[in-house]
Amino acid sequence: MGISGAKVLSAVGKVRGGVHVLHQKNTADQEIVRLPAPNKVVIPMQMHIGAPCAPIVNVGDTVSVGQCIGDTTAFVSAPIHASISGTVTAVGETTLANGAVTRAVTIESDGEMRLFEGIEPPKIDTREEFLAAVRASGLVGLGGAGFPTHVKLAFKPGTVDTLVVNAAECEPFITVDNRECIENSWDVLSGIQIVKEILQIPRVVIAVERNKPKAIEVLSSIARQVEKEKGEIAVMQLRSIYPQGAEKIMIYSATGRRVPAGKLPSDVGCLVMNVASVAMLARYVKSGKPLVSRSLTVDGSAICVPQNVRVPIGMSVGEIIDHCGGFKSTPYKIITGGPMMGFSIINTDIPVLKQNNAILAFSKQDSLKKETDCINCGRCAAACPMHLQANRIARIVKTGDVEELIRAGTNVCMECGSCAFSCPAGRPLVQNMRLAKSMIREAAKANG
Amino acid sequence: MVDDRLLTASASPHVRTRDTTRGIMLDVLIALLPALIASVVLFGFRALAVTAVSVGCCVLFEFLSRKAMRRPNTIGDLSAAVTGVILAFNLPASIPFWMVVFGALISIVVVKQMFGGIGQNFVNPALLARIVLMVSFPKAMLASWPTPFAWKDASTADAITSATPLAILKSGDGTLPSLFNMCFAKAGCLGEVCAAALVLGGLYLMIRRVISPVIPLCFIGTVGVCMLLYGFTKGENAWTFALYELVSGGLLLGAFFMATDYATSPISIKGKIIFAIGCGLITSLIRLFGNMNEGVSFSIVLMNILVPHIDRLTVPKPFGMEKVKKEKKAEVKAS
Repeated sequence: MGISGAKVLSAVGKVRGGVHVLHQKNTADQEIVRLPAPNKVVIPMQMHIGAPCAPIVNVGDTVSVGQCIGDTTAFVSAPIHASISGTVTAVGETTLANGAVTRAVTIESDGEMRLFEGIEPPKIDTREEFLAAVRASGLVGLGGAGFPTHVKLAFKPGTVDTLVVNAAECEPFITVDNRECIENSWDVLSGIQIVKEILQIPRVVIAVERNKPKAIEVLSSIARQVEKEKGEIAVMQLRSIYPQGAEKIMIYSATGRRVPAGKLPSDVGCLVMNVASVAMLARYVKSGKPLVSRSLTVDGSAICVPQNVRVPIGMSVGEIIDHCGGFKSTPYKIITGGPMMGFSIINTDIPVLKQNNAILAFSKQDSLKKETDCINCGRCAAACPMHLQANRIARIVKTGDVEELIRAGTNVCMECGSCAFSCPAGRPLVQNMRLAKSMIREAAKANG
Repeated sequence: MVDDRLLTASASPHVRTRDTTRGIMLDVLIALLPALIASVVLFGFRALAVTAVSVGCCVLFEFLSRKAMRRPNTIGDLSAAVTGVILAFNLPASIPFWMVVFGALISIVVVKQMFGGIGQNFVNPALLARIVLMVSFPKAMLASWPTPFAWKDASTADAITSATPLAILKSGDGTLPSLFNMCFAKAGCLGEVCAAALVLGGLYLMIRRVISPVIPLCFIGTVGVCMLLYGFTKGENAWTFALYELVSGGLLLGAFFMATDYATSPISIKGKIIFAIGCGLITSLIRLFGNMNEGVSFSIVLMNILVPHIDRLTVPKPFGMEKVKKEKKAEVKAS
């Protein structure tokens, strides 16, 4: 590749459908600010897809930053670490943004943010040691999904030829991945090199949406410097269209490969990692400090001072908003995550999770639309990046025909919300999809 | 701290398009405006009166039938008003008002509300009403077209011609208006007399992304090709003949405003192409070989009835499920 590898690539596969959502990247130039440690954190034992962890500390224990406080023997899971130093005051339950109730460890700060003395850079010589270290870091997909990273990386050696680093950040408002690229670009690059070398992945594509020119510039200039020695790391700019960052869409854009329904990216030789996860991995390998804090975009019409912040995991949403100047008007809706796929929360005591990338508070009732009859305009079908016809699936749900639901591709739906976004009649198409999926699950259960 | 009771919880997505059903219908009404103005210029006050009666009755019937069925009032979505304008556009300016009322009754009560209201009608309400009126009152509907601009002069105010350009094209009797007049002022139903105004409205709808260009282009294109082929076999001046056919009758009105009706046209692009080509073929066959001079209404209504089947046959393969099919086929071949 040589010099030519330094230029910015353009997308290989052209996404069909998707929607143009107002980008609202108001905080794109706001440097990530580290917030002062809170007096108390509530750390849930379920911050990932998979089995929840069990608390391994008791009330009254003294813990320090980076100390493991929750773990499990289940494979698909990630251990959980104390994000502040202090005393465990409760081991109870907490409610998450999605309504799930999970066990949680409450820590009251001693104000010292003392680092756990057992922390040291992991010894990594083999693939197995690397995967064990990744598990020990507690790292999960930081882009929002929360899939344990060590599980993702445990593909069969030699099956993956392309690492796609996902810096699309297609959700409106969120700019932390953009900031990660700009502020911690060397971490991103060194994380890429670690994954690339240990897992023997020949080719790396860093995929960024076109609306982040600064991130593209910084990354490609760094990639160019690395390119001289190594090669095969390229920055690719993608069309700014939602949901460009969805895993299967990202793979199609970056490589032109289609992940078959029900299969994994590794089945088409791809590994997709969020850019912040890659950077975190690099920092962990260097220092041994596990995942105890993360960056968030705090924005929305009700927030006084929209900005990007770095906060300890488990800090409450309310406290973070207070640090951003509080509310400038009465909030009507508060969301963790982006406006397209995030969860609206009903109280501000909810703790920040590993996979949350934004807190958005809105003052106007601009999101709830009155539901009227379907006019069959077909915009839901035109918007679906997975080529589904949401209005048709809504009709099948009414008939209760599970076979037909499966044939219609219901399970391919990733609930990106493009259909409901584009519906002029304000119909609850995503909820309908979830209903359809649960009908399929129920039927499968009933049939053993 | 915020009073948590004030927070709203709802499912994602938390942002929605600003487009609404009412907004879409308003766009259609705006797009119909140039043709309405043209008809008033051509046929005078009577054209406006027919449209007003039609719209008024459609909205009233919508209101009354929803009331009778104890369902939420939907006149605010403006779809009844759109049906009203399109119905009026399908009638001659000289039509008695009571027939307009009857047409509105068929459109809104029978075709639309009895089948479940907006989005549920299986044929275009205005078109079916036109067909019912045509069959019931052929004289008023098919044989008495006011002469354009006649209203301006008291002595010719009631002048009526029985020959639309399509009739002349078909029979060969009489002289055709110039192509310029065909595009701007010809005899016919209210809405179809000014081709230029219809194209303007159609372009507006496409720019506003209310309709996709697929149906109008395929529909008009198919008629164009058929007419050219016919023209060549007859050895006439094929191009002029085809051009006359394209701007005559209800083709443009049908292609831009009626075949594109959401409820009665297919969802997928492939389906839209099949539907529009079907409309074009049937229109051409009726115009060239049928008893009637005009075939747009029947072609659209016939294809409307096929839409559920077209939709069923043109469901796109979900992303990532295409390959499975191929493998299955390969397996079948292998075995």
